[in-house]
Amino acid sequence: MELVLTTHFGNDRYRHADTYEQLGGYAAMRKAFSMPKEEIVAEVRKANLRGRGGAGFPAGVKWGFLPKDLSRPRVLVINADEGEPGTFKDRLIMSRGPHLMIEGIVITSYALTIHNGYVYIRGEFVREAEIVQEAIDEAYAKGYLGKNILGSGYDLEVTVHRGAGAYICGEETSLLNSLEGKRGWPRVKPPFPASVGAFGLPTIVNNVETIADIPWIVTHGGEKFASLGVEKDGGTRLVCVSGPVKKPGVYELPVGISLRSILYEHAGGMQDGKALKAVIPGGSSTPVIRADEIDVGYDIDSMQKIGTMAGSGGVIVIPEGTCMVRALSVLMNFYAHESCGQCTPCREGCGWLARVLRRIENGEGREGDVELILNVCDNMMGRTICPLADAAVMPAQSFIWKFREEFDRHVRDKKCPYGNTF
Amino acid sequence: MPNFTINGISVDVPQGTTILEAAKTAGIEIPHYCYHPKLSVAGNCRMCLVEVEKFPKLQIACNTIVTDGMAVKTDSEKVKQAVTGVLEFLLIHHPIDCPICDQAGECGLQIYYMKYGLHKSRYAVEDKVHKKKVQDIGGQIILDAERCILCSRCIRFLQEVTGTGELEFFQRGDHSEISIFPGRPLDNRYTGNLADICPVGALTSKDFRFKCRVWLLRGARSICPGCANGCNVEAHFKEEILYRLKPRQNDEVNKTWMCDPGRLEYKKANEARLLTPVNRENGIPKAAPWEAALSSVAFRLWEMVEKHGPGSVAVIASPQFSNEELFLARKLADEVLRTPHLGFSLRTVGDGFADDFLIKADKNPNTRGAKLLGISEEKFDDIVQNVADGKIRALLVFGNGIADLSDAETGRLLANVPFVVQIATNEGAVSRAAHAILPSASFVERGGTFTNHAGRVQRFWMGFPPRGKARSAIEIITGLANRLGAGWKSGGEAQVFRAIAQSEAPFAGMSYESLGELGQTAGGKG
Repeated sequence: MELVLTTHFGNDRYRHADTYEQLGGYAAMRKAFSMPKEEIVAEVRKANLRGRGGAGFPAGVKWGFLPKDLSRPRVLVINADEGEPGTFKDRLIMSRGPHLMIEGIVITSYALTIHNGYVYIRGEFVREAEIVQEAIDEAYAKGYLGKNILGSGYDLEVTVHRGAGAYICGEETSLLNSLEGKRGWPRVKPPFPASVGAFGLPTIVNNVETIADIPWIVTHGGEKFASLGVEKDGGTRLVCVSGPVKKPGVYELPVGISLRSILYEHAGGMQDGKALKAVIPGGSSTPVIRADEIDVGYDIDSMQKIGTMAGSGGVIVIPEGTCMVRALSVLMNFYAHESCGQCTPCREGCGWLARVLRRIENGEGREGDVELILNVCDNMMGRTICPLADAAVMPAQSFIWKFREEFDRHVRDKKCPYGNTF
Repeated sequence: MPNFTINGISVDVPQGTTILEAAKTAGIEIPHYCYHPKLSVAGNCRMCLVEVEKFPKLQIACNTIVTDGMAVKTDSEKVKQAVTGVLEFLLIHHPIDCPICDQAGECGLQIYYMKYGLHKSRYAVEDKVHKKKVQDIGGQIILDAERCILCSRCIRFLQEVTGTGELEFFQRGDHSEISIFPGRPLDNRYTGNLADICPVGALTSKDFRFKCRVWLLRGARSICPGCANGCNVEAHFKEEILYRLKPRQNDEVNKTWMCDPGRLEYKKANEARLLTPVNRENGIPKAAPWEAALSSVAFRLWEMVEKHGPGSVAVIASPQFSNEELFLARKLADEVLRTPHLGFSLRTVGDGFADDFLIKADKNPNTRGAKLLGISEEKFDDIVQNVADGKIRALLVFGNGIADLSDAETGRLLANVPFVVQIATNEGAVSRAAHAILPSASFVERGGTFTNHAGRVQRFWMGFPPRGKARSAIEIITGLANRLGAGWKSGGEAQVFRAIAQSEAPFAGMSYESLGELGQTAGGKG
């Protein structure tokens, strides 16, 4: 099986520029410098590379949104905030192969005539930020960053910026505000970052994994990358499997592989004595699916067809014996805590959902509470500046839609059938 | 010019107009909280969601620019459900303490609840998040964090208008609240605007707090008399008591703002008023009927002119008075008393602070008007010299103070004059020394015009008739002139203004109609 990213992740030295280079690193950068810029962009378009941060927007198309004129400097921002519960792939790239990301930054910036890049790293990723900074220092020392890279006359400065641990700062416009030293609140769009982004400049925001795929695409060509995946969704994905499987962890797998294969072949199946109840397939914000729905291709479009999302690649396995009310309660507490407080429906709605779920779980549910949750969800969905409200609503709705009986039973019996309280 | 339809009505709007503004031209109200025409767009309250054809999601009207052929719906079921939903969200943690809230009656939550809500609460009372009430955050403002809907208007005002940035959001989610930074209260001269722009009862005015229910108030369009800027205001009163001044939009003058000192100018109409004509007999002030007061003043003035010549009489006018009143004062001096001694004295108040926004150093509303009407400020010094030299036998003073003279200085100066008559609204150094006092109406008890520092002639309207026995200065001056044989026709301020427009070049061609609500700039130099 062809690997794009993780081939050498077992090598502890791979995070250093020397080893990375010995194993073929930075060749793509050299190749890119000899290519016309448009050709690099064209290869990425051909690669069908869909954004790995969660929304799955085609990277090449996104790049095309930059204004044509070069009168204003442009900025590349790498979203390394990785806050989506269940997702832990970007930290793996940053700690095991940071030069993949750096090389991707150089190629992308060169192709888009960008001279300033920022890596916005989640506050909790202390060690990862250190490793990335060390790798950047190495790249500067080798002349792969800084002035006149490889004698090409091209300059690029890359700065690491550490966040302070807010989930909302993974949303690209809050991230930009936070990067600028402001409160991490999403921006009203339009204008979109491609025209007014970081520091008011045209800005591209890409996820770590997305950008780390770029060197491979340049080396092997867009078509080759595309062929690894499925139609309109190319390459491989880092899939993060968590929960009571035999081998939880990050797996690099071709886009479109079946979810069943991810769980039962790669992750080794359920731990002994456990049966699969449900899967949250793409990070905590994606709609939950039942155990009988896992025969689906793990790619953006196939997942969408069955009403869920591949999202950020965080597969959360839920075993039988888990109280779905409690599980959803845990999630809603998270969203209530992380809602930035800007838009009314999200600010008030997330907390409302969390409180109603808590009382249902505690056996204090009132008749009509389940309908109330669904109705509050309707009033939140699609009504806010950023998708955080949707991110809370999608699990809430899907948990109830797929496991309604469990919720009703809590209310009817005035207790949790699993004996939980919150 | 893009053409679009809103609820089926076709409208042309200028390029770049938002749906929210465009809807106004079609007479359609789109409910909103965070949007304010003079502040940047925040887009966070989500009340102005509308349905735009070809957009899968509802769009916020405040940040969506109208394009040609766009079709917008504000009355569909989807929109109604969204608006009601947002309103419900805004109210779940709200304390609903309307009975003790000053905002009641002019509260955005109450108004929209009656229009778009009317739902029963589905939220458990015990789940309400409580926040700190009654916080003195400085300036003229009290903050009640529990009532706040986090629309961010106040924060944007302090960032974009005053540039002082005292307020910020703290916390997240439904624990979010606005607050000042520890130990850093509001520190600017425009804090009162925060209470105006706050759509709910979160930011209320310390001064107005618990004074009067707003639905008992009536309003008169007026001009702030506090300085030469001439901010357009609404004067709110109940019966004969003025309760507050609120800015009235005039983009040429004050946009939608006014300063804190200006807001307190209303007190002059309530406090230390001269409400009855007074004659001083043997040093003892005695209330007199108007007829007697006017007759005796006219007689004394006539007597002085007869005995000592017109040069023995002087008139000190005041730019606290309207163009109409100053015009008649000038006519009285020039044509009736025929004295050369006519000047005006500038009121000085406080530190004479001025900034580059609304506050002017000149604390008089009509200095420019006085100058344009040919009344000289320079003559004032000359008059004072003549008074000190004992050459003035009768002095007519407008207003309750003379320039920046202290009480003692005023008393000493006026002791040189055998007969001092005052036309004024409030007590002051002059009224303690005057031999006759003719009480004049406050700025909300009469109509007229002021000319601001930039030469803009602006009307103010009568809210209620003069308190007590006070009369408009037009009536008082006319009464004196006619008792001195002038034979003026009595008329209101509109007629006087017509006369000004006919004879005074800077005001040529103006009329109350042409001034309208927002005024007009005078020609000529002042």
